[in-house]
Amino acid sequence: MKKDIILAGVGGQGILSIAACIGMAALEENLFLKQAEVHGMSQRGGAVQSHLRISSEEIASDLIPVGKADIIIAVEPMESLRYLSMLHPSGWIITSINPFNNIRDYPEIEQVLKEIWKQPHYITLDADGIAKDKGSIKAANMVVLGAAVPFLELKPESIETAIRKIFGNKGDDIVKLNLLALKTGREYAIKNM
Amino acid sequence: MEKLLLLGDEAIAQAAIDAGLSGIYAYPGTPSTEIMEYVQASREAKEKNIRSLWSANEKTAMETALGMSYAGKRAMVCMKHVGLNVAADAFINAAITGANGGLVVVAADDPSMHSSQNEQDSRFYGKFAFVPVLEPSSQQEAYDMVHYAFDLSEKMMVPVMLRITTRLAHSRTGVKRLASRSQNKLSLPGNLRQFVLLPAIARKQYRELLGKQPKLESASAESGFNTYFDAPDKSTGIIACGLAFNYLIENFPGHKVPYPVLKIGQYPVPLEMVNRLYESCEKIMVLEDGYPILEELLRGMLNKGKIIHGRLDGTLPRDGELSPATVAAGLGLPTENGSITPSIVKNRPPKLCDGCSHNDAFQALNEAMLEYGRGRVFSDIGCYTLSALEPLEAINSCVDMGASITMAIGAADAGLVPAVAAIGDSTFTHSGITGLLDAVNNNSPITILILDNSTTGMTGGQTSSAYGKVEDICRGVGVSEEHIHIIKPLRKNFEENIEIIKKELAYKGVSVIIPRRECIQTLNRKMRQKIKVKEMENNG
Repeated sequence: MKKDIILAGVGGQGILSIAACIGMAALEENLFLKQAEVHGMSQRGGAVQSHLRISSEEIASDLIPVGKADIIIAVEPMESLRYLSMLHPSGWIITSINPFNNIRDYPEIEQVLKEIWKQPHYITLDADGIAKDKGSIKAANMVVLGAAVPFLELKPESIETAIRKIFGNKGDDIVKLNLLALKTGREYAIKNM
Repeated sequence: MEKLLLLGDEAIAQAAIDAGLSGIYAYPGTPSTEIMEYVQASREAKEKNIRSLWSANEKTAMETALGMSYAGKRAMVCMKHVGLNVAADAFINAAITGANGGLVVVAADDPSMHSSQNEQDSRFYGKFAFVPVLEPSSQQEAYDMVHYAFDLSEKMMVPVMLRITTRLAHSRTGVKRLASRSQNKLSLPGNLRQFVLLPAIARKQYRELLGKQPKLESASAESGFNTYFDAPDKSTGIIACGLAFNYLIENFPGHKVPYPVLKIGQYPVPLEMVNRLYESCEKIMVLEDGYPILEELLRGMLNKGKIIHGRLDGTLPRDGELSPATVAAGLGLPTENGSITPSIVKNRPPKLCDGCSHNDAFQALNEAMLEYGRGRVFSDIGCYTLSALEPLEAINSCVDMGASITMAIGAADAGLVPAVAAIGDSTFTHSGITGLLDAVNNNSPITILILDNSTTGMTGGQTSSAYGKVEDICRGVGVSEEHIHIIKPLRKNFEENIEIIKKELAYKGVSVIIPRRECIQTLNRKMRQKIKVKEMENNG
């Protein structure tokens, strides 16, 4: 088993919490893991990415080789396209369709979605809408993570355990909300694969 | 022993705690910051009473660590690569004094300049100072090397450098811990003149340092951090340093490389191992993240020996971080290419946060500067450097810590009117105070904005050495009271702030304007903590 995952978003959107959940789930299943994060200046509202590799065999490089990623998980649609060169032709894009517009020349969102829909394999979902519907827009991350679950080859229970551990200190309500967001995202993906 | 999920930086910190560290000193700088942050957050470190202090700059940090080593205890000092320039005087002379308690210097390089103004290679400094350098290829190795580095430092009585890069520092993986050991007891150096670098003593100490080199080379051969992997295909022999080893083996199924490989993790490089590779292979390929240091040494000035491939002959890119793909291309292996990024994807550079005080300060400055024209603002290293970009485009230089004030002095001397400096509070105490003293002594007609957001913002909000002291420092250095102004950079004060700046721009001496408002990020974090504490109180 080996999954190479690119996580993409804008600094401050919290792609690292998605990474943390997948990482902890991978450890739960005794897999090897390497996760290259972006810290420092680029976090200030700029484009950020993280390389997350999980495998049953030992992993060599912290970086995923160009063109060999299995999945791009993005919490922002334009950012889902930025790292296309990293994605293997058989790979999947899982992305929220909700734009984070903090630049002058952000393209028309319809054009962005059109480009994503040109790709061979994708799940696009209204993570903000779904999260809001389930209780809070703050869980949009977990909706996107949920949509990625069917592609991760990790047991959904492992991810749930990870969420309980990571958000446990924020109270039961937050854990419940995140688990519900995860489940809804996952069901959406299964229906739309 | 338990396995922890740690960043490379965190693995180094945990290793230091486990290896009997007594004190760690640093100035924040990406990608090294998280080492100190981990120690400061560690309950274990607190219980062990380990000192962990953000110093005013890397030089003071290096010297403080040296002082702890003098007193017989284990010390670590951490910095980003350019920080080593600041600490260089202390670092190079610390090699001459030698260490008493174990002394480990962590230098975090940033190839590809993810968060830096250059991609200098700290291994050069190691060689320059005749200090052994360790270069881990994984977070586990980084952990193990810290233990080894303290031992080597105490055994050979030299400081030891641990050289890492951004990729290792900020990548997370499982790390196994070793048994922890206790700290050293206070003990003075056996020779009380060891640290007195008077010429007569320094000459003796220097010869001793040179005399240690063969032993350090033997240590490199025996430690296990340099490994020779033989293989049947002798058409190419590969030297892979640090992380480059991972990029190499990533390209072969089962991580089995058909060529002989010399994996380098410790310097000075054992010549015997290099010679064995050179003699048994037709040509050599050198993979190094950073400068082509070994490659250059191996080629020599005339490059008349065997063919040496690497960054210098174009086999690998001359600059930037290596990757599995660049190494594959260098080896002539096929590489995958994903789709091309569509042209509608626009750049999204980092920018100042919404509500950032720097925005208001620079808007006022821009307005006040209108009558003079552009190109007159020297600035420095921090979040506010982003004001060079759209929409503010307010500053015209960013060179090194503290250079804003001193460059403004030089430009004013050349006749530039007005010459303005913009520097953050933490950068000011790092390296700006001495420049301010020059300005006062020179009575330079410059206007200095000390942007005081009461934190070290860009690296994530560490304690600023300047906190609560900026105007006192300026007075102490000799700036006259009537030309020190504290303003609040807020939209509602816009007009008033412009007037103050304009008035001081017209003054023909040193003026300091301190736009003071807390960093929006640290403020938010404090508010969240307050709410959390309140909730906990309410819940009993």
